[in-house]
Amino acid sequence: MPMADRPVFLERRSYRLRRMMDAVRFLPFLGLALWMVPLLWPLPAAEVAKNGIPMSTALRYLFCVWLMLVISGWLLWRKTRVQHPSEPANAQDTVE
Amino acid sequence: MTVGINQLVFVCLAYVVFLFVIAFLAERAAMQGRFAAVLRSPLVYTLSLSIYCTAWTFYGAVGYAARSGLEYVTIYLGPSLVMIGWWWILRRLVSIGRNQRATSIADLISSRYGKSNTLAIVVTLMAVIGVTPYIALQLQSVVLSLATFAALEGEGHGFNPTQAAFWVATGLALFTVLFGTRNLNVNERHHGIVIAIAAEAVVKLVALLAVGAFVVWGLAGGLSETLARIDASKIGAWEVQSSRWVALTVLSAAAFLCLPRMFQVMVVENDDERYLQIASWAFPTYLMLMSLFVVPIAVVGLDLLPEGSNPDLFVLNLPLSQNQNGLATLSFLGGFSSATSMVIVATLALSTMVSNHIVMPVWLTLRQGGATQSGDVRGVVIRARRLSILLIIALGFLYYRASGGSGALAAIGTISFGGVAQFLPALLGGIFWRGATRNGALCGLGLGFAIWLFTMLLPSFGVDASLSRETFEHGLFGLNWLRPQALFGIEGLDPTVHAVVWSLSLNLMMFTLVSLLTFPDPIERLQGAQFVNVLDHSGPSRFWTASVAGSEDLMIMSQRILGASEAQRFFRKQAKAQGVPGHLPEPTPDFIEALERELAASVGAATAHAMVAQIVGSSAVSVQDLLAVADESAQMLEYSSQLEQKSQELSETAAQLRMANEKLTQLSLQKDGFLSQISHELRTPMTSIRSFSEILRDTSSLTEADKTRYASIIHSETLRLTRLLDDLLDLSVLENGQVSLYLGQDGLHNVIARAVTTVVSGGEGRLKVHVVPNEKDVVLNTDLDRLVQVFINLISNSQKYCMTDVPELTISPKLTDTGLTVDFVDNGQGIAPDEQAVIFEKFYRIGGSQGDGAGLGLAICQEIMERLGGGISYLKGHNGGAFRVFLPGTALAFDTTYREARTPARSDVSRS
Repeated sequence: MPMADRPVFLERRSYRLRRMMDAVRFLPFLGLALWMVPLLWPLPAAEVAKNGIPMSTALRYLFCVWLMLVISGWLLWRKTRVQHPSEPANAQDTVE
Repeated sequence: MTVGINQLVFVCLAYVVFLFVIAFLAERAAMQGRFAAVLRSPLVYTLSLSIYCTAWTFYGAVGYAARSGLEYVTIYLGPSLVMIGWWWILRRLVSIGRNQRATSIADLISSRYGKSNTLAIVVTLMAVIGVTPYIALQLQSVVLSLATFAALEGEGHGFNPTQAAFWVATGLALFTVLFGTRNLNVNERHHGIVIAIAAEAVVKLVALLAVGAFVVWGLAGGLSETLARIDASKIGAWEVQSSRWVALTVLSAAAFLCLPRMFQVMVVENDDERYLQIASWAFPTYLMLMSLFVVPIAVVGLDLLPEGSNPDLFVLNLPLSQNQNGLATLSFLGGFSSATSMVIVATLALSTMVSNHIVMPVWLTLRQGGATQSGDVRGVVIRARRLSILLIIALGFLYYRASGGSGALAAIGTISFGGVAQFLPALLGGIFWRGATRNGALCGLGLGFAIWLFTMLLPSFGVDASLSRETFEHGLFGLNWLRPQALFGIEGLDPTVHAVVWSLSLNLMMFTLVSLLTFPDPIERLQGAQFVNVLDHSGPSRFWTASVAGSEDLMIMSQRILGASEAQRFFRKQAKAQGVPGHLPEPTPDFIEALERELAASVGAATAHAMVAQIVGSSAVSVQDLLAVADESAQMLEYSSQLEQKSQELSETAAQLRMANEKLTQLSLQKDGFLSQISHELRTPMTSIRSFSEILRDTSSLTEADKTRYASIIHSETLRLTRLLDDLLDLSVLENGQVSLYLGQDGLHNVIARAVTTVVSGGEGRLKVHVVPNEKDVVLNTDLDRLVQVFINLISNSQKYCMTDVPELTISPKLTDTGLTVDFVDNGQGIAPDEQAVIFEKFYRIGGSQGDGAGLGLAICQEIMERLGGGISYLKGHNGGAFRVFLPGTALAFDTTYREARTPARSDVSRS
């Protein structure tokens, strides 16, 4: 039934738009993964690294990720803003 | 030159006046409908979200960084992730909030779980308990910063922290009352407040950036030097505990969603759902800028300021120590902005909750039949809200006095976050899971909150303050597994991580478990479906039955909540939509539903529901209503199945018609064939008659013998013609069913004998006919003449077509259960199988033979037998020609058995 009236394939433009929305949905997970990277850094107490990761490196890393996320979010907004966010999500999920 | 405390107070007052003025201008512009583009721009929306950054952020983050390095940044990472992931949760939340016209997070949760006021009260109380310390924290930060300036002037100035806190609290209460309770309908938005906090957002960002830039480029000497200095400082290495990193990120994300003030600006004050996506990158940018200079300020402060100075005030003390008074004042204003904007919005949000969910229900209960009585509820609601604002700010002030302004800022902030984060399971469960129930939410919230109290809030007061040392060391009631910082005997966890993990996980587990085990009531289920399917554009479901609610009563009540003109406008609009003349619409379920939502925007869903319920009388959804809905759909189903059946019937009829049409076409063809056949049959004798009569007329030299011969030919042809016409007439009479049967009774043997006699006496007489006798003669009760005609036909056929040397015909009657059969079997060559099917057709002659018959005999026989109720058929499996005549039981007269056996046992009637 839900597939009945819908096209199986989309024209290029709408296809791009769908993939952009996919990217919007994916972005927070990317951010989460990147911001959880510091969990892997050795602490100064550990024997691997005597002094651990310097604060300046940590700062640079965190803020670069931040900047990257913000810029990606901005670019994606530029690409997808024609689409009203209240459009039903189900329309995007079933047709690829 | 130093900044005097008086000058600072003056600056402060000037700033407050500025805020009042822009708030006032914004309100006026909104009323006149001007500057909508500015008032409702995505920029203002994003800036208003910045009330997340309170004085805790402004002062506390630096202190936090100075104490524990980069950990402070988690407080911003959580909200950034939530904003970047707007598509998942916030989009839904904002849609639901707008759709249900939610006034607060308590309203939203109670509305989701069947508009339960109990739940609303629980959430409200939890929010008040969780947020009050936070408000106290803001007062404390303002007082601390003021005290810093006062300390510069020496002891003689007589700065009284408590007094300062009191005046700040009073000022904030005044502002909130003025701009927060101007209009009742929360959905009409507090433009004044939103604009003011947007301005404050700019001030605090500019202040922090200015101090940061001053520190990096003014004091540290550039970016690379700053970074080198950071690495060389005592917080110069990454040393954040993994568990705290994760737990604080999760906690801040949860708090960002659950804080009442965030709900207020994010959902309630939202003008356009599209702004959310803009804020999804703009707000993380704001947070990034806010946290950018925190570490440099902390490091330079640790370097330059004397040992033991409060790191929470580095932002203020660094410029002061360098005699940058202008910058210090700006920094003070930044901190002041952070504190005031938070207090204003938090108080507004909490007061809405308190007045809608606690004061109003109590008031309604105290006045029995309240909603229908006269009196301006509008005034009551506004008074209740103002009272709540004062109450909450007073609570914050009292908490500040009680706590004595102690404790690091960040610790109080985390505790507050932990408290409101307990809403998360009920909130997310409510918007994503239809199975979430009110009892589940209540149990989850209760358990989570209790654990939060026991493991986070109470221990924060210190050992022996609210929990005894005994409890800390040996657990509550001496139960070892109930130690506030080592629940279930798991020791060694960081206290914050411990509290967050246990409270949230047990809260979630309890919520899920109880939801699975309990059954929601009808409104809960309806609301659950609406919340979860909010993005599917589903229409609102029915809540109210068409009932006895008088429109006038509803009108009176609405006027008191919405105001007279507002209510009249709403009613008129609804009446117009219904197509009803006048001002009062019919109290249809749709109308009452719309009205309830309109009221909910002013007094909250639960209260609105209760008030409408008082007038409408019935509870919202009864089982009967649901049954009626179910009945309706059952009727629809039945109707559609009826339609299906009808269409099936129609197609059957069509098929029958098609068949009939085919039959008619066939009949028409048959008729054509019959006509051409009959004209041929008539033409042959007519031709000979004409020819011979012409010869007789035109030829004079004819012998007498010839004349006689020709005349006899004409005569015999005429006879044949007559016979043919007789047959045709006979057949046509039979076929048209106009024949009348002359019933008579006689023995079967007599009938057969009559037929045999007729045939044998008239023909050449070569045929030998044997009749196999029955032991008992059967008496027939039918049209005997017609039956004889059939028998004669069959016997004479046998006589004509049986070509053997000694033709014989055996007639064997036999009684069966259903009637009588008479078989006529001869010893000829029989009829070829392909001809057997057509011998009963008209004008059919076997082998195309030119006998004297017209080929109508068997057709007539068939018609006669059908008239008599029986039939005639060709018997297969015999060597010669074999016919079976069948007569039904009704054609037999059993009661009058013909005893007179006049026929011989074996009659040989052949005389040859």
